[in-house]
Amino acid sequence: MKQRPWLFLLPTLILMSISAFIPLMAVINYSLHTIFAGSTPEFVGLQNYADVMNDSQFRGALFRQLTFSLMALLIEIPLGVGVALCLPRKGGGVGISLVLLGIPLLIPYNVVGIVWRLFTQSDIGVIPRVLSIFGYEYNVSLDATDAFLTILLVDVWHWTPLVALLAYAGLQAIPQTFYQAAEIDGTSTWKTFRYVTLPKLRPVLTLGLLIRFMDSFKVYSEPLLLTGGGPGNATTFMSLFVARKAEAYELGYAGASSIIYLYVVIVMSYILFQFISRSSERKQT
Amino acid sequence: MAKIELKSLEHRYESSHKGKSAFAIEDLNIAWEDGTANALLGPSGCGKTTILNIISGLIKPTSGEVLFDGTRVNDLPTRERHIAQVFQFPVVYDTMSVFDNLAFPLRNRGQDESVVRARTGEIMELLDLSKLANTKSGSLNPAEKQIVSLGRGIARTDTMAVLLDEPLTVIDPVLKLDLRRKLRLAQHELKLTMIYVTHDQHEALTFADHVTIMKDGAVMQSDTPEALFLTPRTPFVGYFIGSPGMNRLPCEKTSTGLSVAGSPIAIQESIGLAANKLDGTIELGIRPEFVETSIEEKPSWNRMAIRSVDYAGAYQVLNLESGTVRIKARVEERFPSQEGDFIWAHFPADKTHIYVDGERLDR
Repeated sequence: MKQRPWLFLLPTLILMSISAFIPLMAVINYSLHTIFAGSTPEFVGLQNYADVMNDSQFRGALFRQLTFSLMALLIEIPLGVGVALCLPRKGGGVGISLVLLGIPLLIPYNVVGIVWRLFTQSDIGVIPRVLSIFGYEYNVSLDATDAFLTILLVDVWHWTPLVALLAYAGLQAIPQTFYQAAEIDGTSTWKTFRYVTLPKLRPVLTLGLLIRFMDSFKVYSEPLLLTGGGPGNATTFMSLFVARKAEAYELGYAGASSIIYLYVVIVMSYILFQFISRSSERKQT
Repeated sequence: MAKIELKSLEHRYESSHKGKSAFAIEDLNIAWEDGTANALLGPSGCGKTTILNIISGLIKPTSGEVLFDGTRVNDLPTRERHIAQVFQFPVVYDTMSVFDNLAFPLRNRGQDESVVRARTGEIMELLDLSKLANTKSGSLNPAEKQIVSLGRGIARTDTMAVLLDEPLTVIDPVLKLDLRRKLRLAQHELKLTMIYVTHDQHEALTFADHVTIMKDGAVMQSDTPEALFLTPRTPFVGYFIGSPGMNRLPCEKTSTGLSVAGSPIAIQESIGLAANKLDGTIELGIRPEFVETSIEEKPSWNRMAIRSVDYAGAYQVLNLESGTVRIKARVEERFPSQEGDFIWAHFPADKTHIYVDGERLDR
């Protein structure tokens, strides 16, 4: 019965192959062919990959994506921690604040997109109205910066609560004695945060950082519904770029860019994870 | 260092049940002399930690006074009381090195860096931490962390007292001895006023010169370890201190003295005579160590059956029975006895205590 371990692994392997291996193999297969509707696919080797890498639109989308993800992380992580610090720790306010905080997480992506389109619409939207009071002419469908920042704002609104909830759970887990000791040591509020709270939050923040990084790389429905990827290509992020290519039936090209996209996500997540765990290890020794 | 006094101290915790409040501490009076090693011993929930938190100012007492060297400190905030506290779970600043941990409270008080270096060096030398100076505290084992957290407390020269809240609980048994030795060493070298809270009598008796025993928020007895063992003031103290605890036997008065639970247990006349004029509930207490035993019959000794034998390495504990009376006797490991045997037991007068309504009778 040497095969018994494989027997136990079989259900997982079957599920994995349906959900991951087979689609991945299919996409890799696409990426090596030139496919036109109706005709037989033609094997072209790595030509699609070369084309993708030389495509300035692809490089633009990748650069935009990296900028977007980095900015989202830089805003959402500190803001989430800040929100968590402001939440009540006990008493009647806890339940209601957590529920209110969680609401954005419960709203489906497409609803988020439509709601924000209403907010930002130049004729009836509340955001252009408010900004016009301050003399700023906001136009999400004409101004590239406005469009980019709006998508960023939606992402921050949508996902900061997740970071806040994680940080809140982390804060609740810090034993009170650490704060008592800090008080006895005559520590200032800032130093208490710097040397007690922050180091103790590190594990949950690492988790939050990774989740948010990978998720922000997948941003799709917000730009699709709000800006349609425009104006120009200002909000065409990676997934939107790939989807557009597939919609245009350039399946080989879309396949190749998907694989490169996947590769970038994996590599970036790995680098990020290594960086975080390495820096925490260095602090430990 | 300072003399720490608590006067008529009371503390109530508001419970969640409609403003009902429960006493954690009631009318407490204790004085800990300057530069002494003290222990506060009692079962869990008797208010020990509450007392420490009142001394350090983390909790405000409902009423009563806290005095440092005779000065009332009730209204001083924690950081101005100059207390060092070591908690049950080691508290260190994980991201700092051992050196920085010890220097932290000094730097927080704006001390000159040369002073900080000199003092931190001294403390590391004393606590044997020098070789760990540059190690990140997060990577230390719990015993080392506990030493660092002690060091942080005593690094300040203006420390009034060092409070230790069950500091050995999470420490590996092998490392416990070493840590306790270092605690004792630091206490002795720096003439620290230490208050060591524990529910472990062994830790309390081996560490402290002076042990205060508490129960339900009140002091039962405050004395040297020896006095607690030899002359426990209440049956609770007798039972709580010692392993196994003191035997407690309910007594009745008779025309000649005392009898135990109406059983044919003989008590020496000198014990009985002292108590036969008293009113109230009378109890007899004798430690298992002091119960004399013999496998041969002796006149006026009590014949008792061995119900069971607990083997404890260097000694054995016999569970003896006669009628309704059950006692424990500690005998040497070679004592030739087994379950079901009969032996003869005797309570020597000078080792037997009489308690009237829970108070020891001085004879």
